[in-house]
Amino acid sequence: MDIETYSLILSALLFAIGTVGVMLRRNVIIMFMCIELMLNAVNLTLVVFSRSLGIEAQVFVFFVIAVAAAEAAVGLAIIISIFRHYELVDVDRFNLLKW
Amino acid sequence: MVNFLESFLRVAQHADGGYQPILPGLILLFPLVGFVINGLGAFLWRDSKRVPSLVGPLAIIGSFAVVLANFLAMHAAMPHDPAIVSLWTWMAVGDLSIGVDLQFDQLSVLMLLVVTGVSSVIHVYSIGYMREDPGYSRYFSYLNLFVFFMSVLVMGANFAIVFVGWEGVGLCSYLLIGFWYENREFASAGKKAFIVNRIGDFGFLVAMLLVFTHFGTLNFVEVFAAAPETLVFGGGVVTLITLLLFLGATGKSAQIPLYVWLPDAMAGPTPVSALIHAATMVTAGVYLVARAGVLFAMAPVSQATVAAIGAGTALFAATIAMQQYDIKKVLAYSTVSQLGYMFLAVGVGAFTAGMFHLITHAFFKALLFLGSGAVIHAMHHALHQVHRHDDPNDMRNYGGLKNVLPITWGTMWIGTVAIAGIFPFAGFFSKDEIIWSAGSYGYTVLWVVSILTALLTAGYMTRLMVLTFHGENRSGADVRPHLREVPAVMWVPLAILAVLSVVGGWIQIPESLPALPAVDALHHWLEPVMEPARQVMTEHGLHQAHESPLGGGEAVWAIMSTGLALIVVMLTFRALVHRRYRPASESETPTGFAGILYNKWYVDELYDRLIILPLLALWRGCWRIVDVGLIDGTLNAMASGTRMVGWVGSLFQTGRVAGYMFWFVTGVVLILALLLL
Repeated sequence: MDIETYSLILSALLFAIGTVGVMLRRNVIIMFMCIELMLNAVNLTLVVFSRSLGIEAQVFVFFVIAVAAAEAAVGLAIIISIFRHYELVDVDRFNLLKW
Repeated sequence: MVNFLESFLRVAQHADGGYQPILPGLILLFPLVGFVINGLGAFLWRDSKRVPSLVGPLAIIGSFAVVLANFLAMHAAMPHDPAIVSLWTWMAVGDLSIGVDLQFDQLSVLMLLVVTGVSSVIHVYSIGYMREDPGYSRYFSYLNLFVFFMSVLVMGANFAIVFVGWEGVGLCSYLLIGFWYENREFASAGKKAFIVNRIGDFGFLVAMLLVFTHFGTLNFVEVFAAAPETLVFGGGVVTLITLLLFLGATGKSAQIPLYVWLPDAMAGPTPVSALIHAATMVTAGVYLVARAGVLFAMAPVSQATVAAIGAGTALFAATIAMQQYDIKKVLAYSTVSQLGYMFLAVGVGAFTAGMFHLITHAFFKALLFLGSGAVIHAMHHALHQVHRHDDPNDMRNYGGLKNVLPITWGTMWIGTVAIAGIFPFAGFFSKDEIIWSAGSYGYTVLWVVSILTALLTAGYMTRLMVLTFHGENRSGADVRPHLREVPAVMWVPLAILAVLSVVGGWIQIPESLPALPAVDALHHWLEPVMEPARQVMTEHGLHQAHESPLGGGEAVWAIMSTGLALIVVMLTFRALVHRRYRPASESETPTGFAGILYNKWYVDELYDRLIILPLLALWRGCWRIVDVGLIDGTLNAMASGTRMVGWVGSLFQTGRVAGYMFWFVTGVVLILALLLL
């Protein structure tokens, strides 16, 4: 097996860990970090493919990093305001927004 | 704009004999402009009576002047063929091309002369009659619009344009019957007229389509020229076309079975009854039959139907008129009856006689209606002044009015003897010609019916006069001092019509009458138009007999009928003048045979039971099953289905992020699985 295969397996594992983490954990901060993990797993995939398919894929990586940074800013702000209101970060308690 | 005006003023495209229509478009333009100005006035200067009083009558008088000029020009030239004025093409689809064409021939110009002439007089009369009405301007705008559509009807050179006029006058009739629409009863009388007319219009429309399928054109000139070759004499097609046209005529001209709307149409202002429901619009059916004379001449079955229905209506309506107490109802049934005479005439093939009676009837019936309007006007004002709410239309509240309304009394007597057919008044000549035609063409039953009706006519009209003007006054001591003769603007039109009711019959005096100059003006005038129909009838062996069924020449029967009518008038007068009637509020409703007549043979009730109630039941069924069940049911089912789906969907929105995440990932996995496998 060459380095690409290992890298892809690694990114798939990272993505799966991130997904499971988002699904199972209740702490918003942890869920948030899991989402970042998923994003970076994708970034890793893109970098791997750029080796064989060309440099354009790395452009996407920068896009994702930029968007992730913005998302982190907004997301953390929301989390902080929620925490100030409830004094906790458990998503199961934030269930008012429904039918 | 210049082009538009030019097309209005353009002269005929092909005219022979030196006759060219003079300013044909103006005949239509004047009433239309009057309608627009008065219609605007109804909104803009509601309280000003000056503008409508000037514009309304002047528009019609201008139109009449143009018609008169055309009549004189045509009289000088006597063209053999009609002159067609094409204004513009209305629609051209495939083989069908309908132009806005006006036809100028002897028939249309004569009819126009009557329509615009009588309209002018009645417009002037309306100034007085409607003076205190808040809807003054609206009234004149409707009346102008009516004259416009009536002129379209009369001048139309093809079935489509005539149909436009036909519907237009129906609309104006509806608007004017329901003129006082605040009164629910009056408004529904308007609706009744409109709906009953729809049945007839349906016949007209189908006839029109049949004409188009068989001739490929709707133009009168081409259709009537081609008819003898294209269609089989007495064949199914021509019979069907003419019967359907006649169905249209029964609606518009109030014949059995569609006459029921006309008596109710008396809800409108009296000048409207005089103009639309006596003199002009209701004669449109007779005009249509005369116009399509060639087609009717080719269909003996239809001819017989027309004659039989005409005679039946004449007698039937006359019997009802004998026992009515509402002065306008008597005149309404009288109109239905006289229209029956006209159909009897055109039915037996005497188209000219039918048109003759149409003209004289326009004069004396307009006179009688306007006279009744004068009486109602006087009674209404007197009752109003003493704040009483008695019916100003009920003859039982009149009596002895000849002293307070002498001019109305005199002119109405002239109208009465004219309609009764007494020599030398107009009705004598026209009615005599119809009776004689029926007899001498061999229609014995119709002949007897027409004589019987003539006697009934003399009877109910004399009854009306006696109840209204003679005997003791029954209006009450408080009302009596307030009764006044109507102003000049109202009695001058009466006088004009009275003169016409005397001399109107002198345009056609049969030569067989002794000691009188034979005048053949009307026959001579209409000869070019009626000749094709006459040719068809002569070819197929319809020859005029020269004797009445009981022997004797025309002169004998003419003298006999006028004598009989005179005797009936005098006997009725003598019998009724001393009878003591009581005011409407104190009289009981008639019983026995008189009660049957008073209740109009219960025809309205019969129609209610036979037609309206079953239809209502049917519609109620349609409403419950189709509307509520099918249409609403489907819609409601769709709506509740959507709600169900929404409700199920809303179950997924729990507010729990983990749940959303679960479904989200499941979805992604499913899509990936579908894409990869």
